[in-house]
Amino acid sequence: MSERNTQLKVSAIKDGTVLDHIPAQSLFQVIDILDLSHCGNPVTIGVNLESKTLGRKGIIKISDRFFLDEELSRIALAAPDATVNIIRDYQVVSKKRIELPAEVIGIAKCSNPMCVTNNQAVTTRFATVVEDKKVKLLCHYCEKTTEEFIPLRH
Amino acid sequence: MSKSLISINDFSRDELLHILSVAREMEETGSSKLLDGKVVACLFFEPSTRTRLSFETAAKRLGAKVIGFSDVANTSISKGETLKDTIKMVSNYVDIIVMRHPLEGAARYASEICDIPVVNAGDGANQHPSQTLLDLYTILQTQGRLERVAVNMVGDLKYGRTVHSLLQALSHFDPEFIFTAPEALRMPAEYKTFLEKRGIPFLETDSLMEHLCDCDILYMTRVQQERFSDPMEYEKFKDVYRLERSMLAGVRENMKILHPLPRVGEIAEDVDNTPYAYYFKQAQNGMYVRMAIIACLLGYR
Ligand SMILES: [Zn+2]
Repeated sequence: MSERNTQLKVSAIKDGTVLDHIPAQSLFQVIDILDLSHCGNPVTIGVNLESKTLGRKGIIKISDRFFLDEELSRIALAAPDATVNIIRDYQVVSKKRIELPAEVIGIAKCSNPMCVTNNQAVTTRFATVVEDKKVKLLCHYCEKTTEEFIPLRH
Repeated sequence: MSKSLISINDFSRDELLHILSVAREMEETGSSKLLDGKVVACLFFEPSTRTRLSFETAAKRLGAKVIGFSDVANTSISKGETLKDTIKMVSNYVDIIVMRHPLEGAARYASEICDIPVVNAGDGANQHPSQTLLDLYTILQTQGRLERVAVNMVGDLKYGRTVHSLLQALSHFDPEFIFTAPEALRMPAEYKTFLEKRGIPFLETDSLMEHLCDCDILYMTRVQQERFSDPMEYEKFKDVYRLERSMLAGVRENMKILHPLPRVGEIAEDVDNTPYAYYFKQAQNGMYVRMAIIACLLGYR
């Protein structure tokens, strides 16, 4: 696939947000995190597209929707290398990398079955720790590390 | 939200030293009327007679009244009341809550939903900070210092929360560690990484004899049955180490043996009347340290 074709795919909406460079296996987690299945706007999803850096990647295009940085930063848990393209009138007007938040509140599940957050109605809260280029979550309550990001169900 | 004692990791070196100095004052003064008119709640959502008696005695020796429960069998919690509702209700009646709960993080959560101080008296396999403080107090008392102490931790170093918390607390004081454990119960990698990052030296062995003469503190622990799902596995490890009087020839003169108690077979009774045995005094220290914790959190010094 040529560079030009990819460009075309990325900018093929009039106004909105294009999330690119999502690892193919994390695509559905990103959809969950942004709660796109309950989003009324047109959403186009590309799966298993070729990527020079990721092998297979996913793209999500959301028309007429612009996210807050705080909302986007949550994606970093599933797709730390994702890029955000803001589209206005078919043009990419801004392109940025996602930044990992220092704290993650209410979107991830603690992997410790004995954690209070898995047994009482407690909002989860984690500090993010990067070890060997992997994002790990340190639970504010049970003090255990969750290695794999598990999204909480909405 | 007032200051609580939830995790040993929340306390700085100076805060730890402050509580230890108040504990020393408590040991010297004994009983007082310092907390006359105050009410302490001891909420034991899972039973622990030893810890509960130590906290209740501590509160009463300061002149406070104590309310609470020692298990949940006959309370509204057994009818499904949430932790939040119990804490909200009790916090309206008392000045401070001491709580033990089987869920990890329960005390942290409780401290966030009420306006009075909360003392964590054990949250599942997570933290038990009053135990750690009494261990520090005892090390200070027996060695005259906390800095540069060589501590040999023996037994279940994989699941033992007391050794993990003690390791973290001592990391403020330039220690040296020896980890004596069978292969399957060795110190987890995360704690060894924690030490490496701080440049704190440690050795590992599976032989109790190997470094017995190289330490100031011999911290013995029990292999806990409840940590093993397979009873055969427990049988294999429960008697893995047994310290006897005859093994103590050649240990450092200042060496003291600590144990969080209760012991099963790790320390033979003939060790009890050697000058190295200190575990009963250590348990008594628990009361002074808990007096200090309650007094400090209620604003004394
Ligand atoms: Zn947790």
